[in-house]
Amino acid sequence: MTSRRDFLKNTGLLVVGISSASLASAQDAGPYPDIDFHQLDSWIVIREDNTATFYVGKTDLGQGTGTAFRQIMSDELDIAYDNTDVVMGVTDITPDQGGSGGSDALQTDGWPMRRVAAEARRVLLSLASDRFNVPVEQLSVSDGVVTVTANPSRSITYGELIGGKRFNVTLTGDRVNDLTGQAPLKAVQDLKMTGTSPQRFDIPPKVDGSLKWAVDVKVPGMVHARNVKPPTAGAQLVSIDESSVSGIPGFIQVVREGNYIAVVCEREEQAIQAARQLKAEWKKPEASPFPPSDDLHSFMRAAEPTSSGQPSFEGDPDAAFAGAAKRFEGDYFVPFVGHTAIGPAHAMADPTDGQLTIYSNDMKSYGLRNGVAQFLNMPADKIRVVWMDGPQAYGRTAADDAGFEAAYLATKLNRPVRVQWMRDEETAWDTKGPAYAMRMRGALDADGNLIAADQDFRAIDYNHVGYNEHDSVLIAQLTGRRRTTPAAGRASVSTDSYAIPNRRFSTHVVSLPLIWETPLRTGNLRDPDGPQVTFGSESFIDEMAYQAGADPVAFRLKMLEAGTGDDDGFRRTRSIACVKAAAEAYGWDTRTSPKPIADGDILTGRGFAYSYRSQTIAAEIAEVEVNRRTGKVWVKRIVCAHDCGLVVNPVGLRHTVECALQYSLSRALHEEVAFNSEKVTSVDWGSHPSLRHSDTPEKIDIILVNGDPNPDRPDLPHYGAGEASCKPLLAAVGNAIFDATGVRIRSVPFRPARVLAALNAATA
Amino acid sequence: MSEITLQVNNETHVVDVEPSTPLLYILRNDLDLSGPRFGCGLGQCGACTVLIGGRAVRSCITPTSSVAGQAITTLEGLSQNGQLDPVQQAWIDEQVPQCGFCQNGQILTAKVLLANNPNPTDAEIRQGMDGTLCRCMTYYRIQAAIKRAARTMAAANEEVNA
Ligand code: FES
Ligand code: FES
Repeated sequence: MTSRRDFLKNTGLLVVGISSASLASAQDAGPYPDIDFHQLDSWIVIREDNTATFYVGKTDLGQGTGTAFRQIMSDELDIAYDNTDVVMGVTDITPDQGGSGGSDALQTDGWPMRRVAAEARRVLLSLASDRFNVPVEQLSVSDGVVTVTANPSRSITYGELIGGKRFNVTLTGDRVNDLTGQAPLKAVQDLKMTGTSPQRFDIPPKVDGSLKWAVDVKVPGMVHARNVKPPTAGAQLVSIDESSVSGIPGFIQVVREGNYIAVVCEREEQAIQAARQLKAEWKKPEASPFPPSDDLHSFMRAAEPTSSGQPSFEGDPDAAFAGAAKRFEGDYFVPFVGHTAIGPAHAMADPTDGQLTIYSNDMKSYGLRNGVAQFLNMPADKIRVVWMDGPQAYGRTAADDAGFEAAYLATKLNRPVRVQWMRDEETAWDTKGPAYAMRMRGALDADGNLIAADQDFRAIDYNHVGYNEHDSVLIAQLTGRRRTTPAAGRASVSTDSYAIPNRRFSTHVVSLPLIWETPLRTGNLRDPDGPQVTFGSESFIDEMAYQAGADPVAFRLKMLEAGTGDDDGFRRTRSIACVKAAAEAYGWDTRTSPKPIADGDILTGRGFAYSYRSQTIAAEIAEVEVNRRTGKVWVKRIVCAHDCGLVVNPVGLRHTVECALQYSLSRALHEEVAFNSEKVTSVDWGSHPSLRHSDTPEKIDIILVNGDPNPDRPDLPHYGAGEASCKPLLAAVGNAIFDATGVRIRSVPFRPARVLAALNAATA
Repeated sequence: MSEITLQVNNETHVVDVEPSTPLLYILRNDLDLSGPRFGCGLGQCGACTVLIGGRAVRSCITPTSSVAGQAITTLEGLSQNGQLDPVQQAWIDEQVPQCGFCQNGQILTAKVLLANNPNPTDAEIRQGMDGTLCRCMTYYRIQAAIKRAARTMAAANEEVNA
């Protein structure tokens, strides 16, 4: 296996596609300078056999973005999809596009990929024009073969034109997202691969067992490390007794700095045993680090905010409330939720030759490289991060932390070190999506119109941890190398296109008593605040529909249609289309909620909710069965109408949305971080339940609306998918429970005990 | 440490390990297999599943010495003569995985489910698969793939019997 760099050095071109598996064994000596994203050759290599490899600075978390990148680039380049492959997220061979995050793979990063491919096509056509001595306009191209239109016997492949040579074309644009050549993009109508659904190329190796994952990387001399975490939040390490583990076969070393401890052994099971067995004395902090999770909502309501946003206003809410016919107020709550990937955080770092190679599934490989360079005070070009598949969660996961730990230990021991967290560590110590306490007030006029809404969002998000920050990553905190100033954090507001004449959004950030070295550190989690704020807002809107005696869908549609303006993405118009499409697909019958309460143990109902994220719209309906004897909720059916603009791979998109819906369902029914006043107590799949096969809906319908009112627009944009559809479902399920039972539950998750208690309280 | 003979995917291996070591680490680190993966180490998720004696076994809580000499099949050993197992093929046809990390356990658990019950009802699938977790939430697709595999296996049987 030879590296991209070696090829460029030795032959002046890159000849082979590099698979992650073989990268694992490639020991290239550095340095690893940044790839020059201005060079066309950094993105596309075409070989003599008319195949191409694309190099993109993104990662694929299992949603088929790699396949989609190949599609859009093949399309602009005019090469057969099957003759391409793609390399993603390896810092020294792919241009820095930041990795993944924010569902922006296609919305943002797809554009430079398309423009680069279009420019390559332009250059190839001009080479063919020179070769045939025919103007470019008289050439046609299909599947990487350029033909003289008037004389089809004269043709040449891309491989014959450029295979074995470099493009040597410099693109322009200050930032990678602005990158462009001279060639225009194809009009939407001319795209051939876009809108089709080739199967994902990453699936067969995931199914036949041949894929090598980041967890699988092994190099000669590699040893295994396990962390020993503080037993309670904020505990200070007093002493360790190394003799408690030094007799374990294969024992190498205990590494300790500040409150960070790792044990290193020859074999993995030895390291696990040593971590369990190590005797350490810890001192608990004087003050309790946080209130127990059962008290979190009241704690948040009472807390003095660390910061408050400038409220945003429409109209005069206070005056409207004063003159209203009917007023309503409700408090809503969403607890801390963890990422809790199916496999715990891990990384392997290899310090051979004074360089550092980190193998990781971290979705932002470039950030990991830069952060580690700062943390270890190493030049960035001595470090490379090789992104490989892994157990994926979304957002700022503990993969960041494990990457830093592996790098730290590898340089400390000066040998390759693999570190992996244990299940309890992952579930307790991974970053958490912030808890939200929301107070919603609404006012109706005599005709049941929502004339005022006052929506207040508080998040526990003080000292929010960013991606791969060298001074906030867990090992920086535990070793005492953290920054002193905490991050301010943020609270978000809900998003909809309702015309509500008087409206106020307020935001506040609150803090727990302990903000450093705590398992309750917040970081971005899938959306990152949308499921929480949409639960508050769309439960509230449903309650206002009830107060108004209106059908929940009709109530919303009226507010959407009352608007007159729209933005350049037609977000309001597309919202209306999605709401209608969901209602129609479900077979929504217009009536008020709750429906008349039936006899028998099983009550059924349906609930609606809608939101948007950036320019992507999602309108969702959940149908529930509530067992009133046990409190168990089964969401029997989900309908989602979704509009994310131009769709690259419809099947891939459907599956992404389908899984996002079930992910939200898991949050609606099960997920909550539990803790007492000193530590997290939800530490495994028993104490931290997650959606299971038995919870799966009987039917999930996804309607791709893509209702751009101007579909012939040649530059129809692709918007982000994946996260928007996570937003409305929590509220849709709560609204359905209300429809079925007449009981409104204003906190998630809807676990049986909570539902049963609410039902009993209502009948008491 | 002691020498233990393992039969994995029709090959014999002799490993020198602490006999109580969970099988998972031997398969992964000594035999270099990547099908079985660590998810919880507690028998709760199924990521580490292997097939032994027609059962789906969680290798993270299985002492290596307890399965010495028994025929062990991992995901890598499921295909026969280069042909994917019908369950694997159904997984591709339905495009089941997202990240794919749990799918070893999903596929092997489904394989055993179908071997014991070639035509399971929806309720039997939910029941039989319930202890195998997926954090990417591919459940709906997995259940579709199991039904598809049941159909293709039934069709293949009919052909054989015809
Ligand atoms: S890793 Fe064995 S059951 Fe989870
Ligand atoms: S596919 Fe990612 S955990 Fe199941």
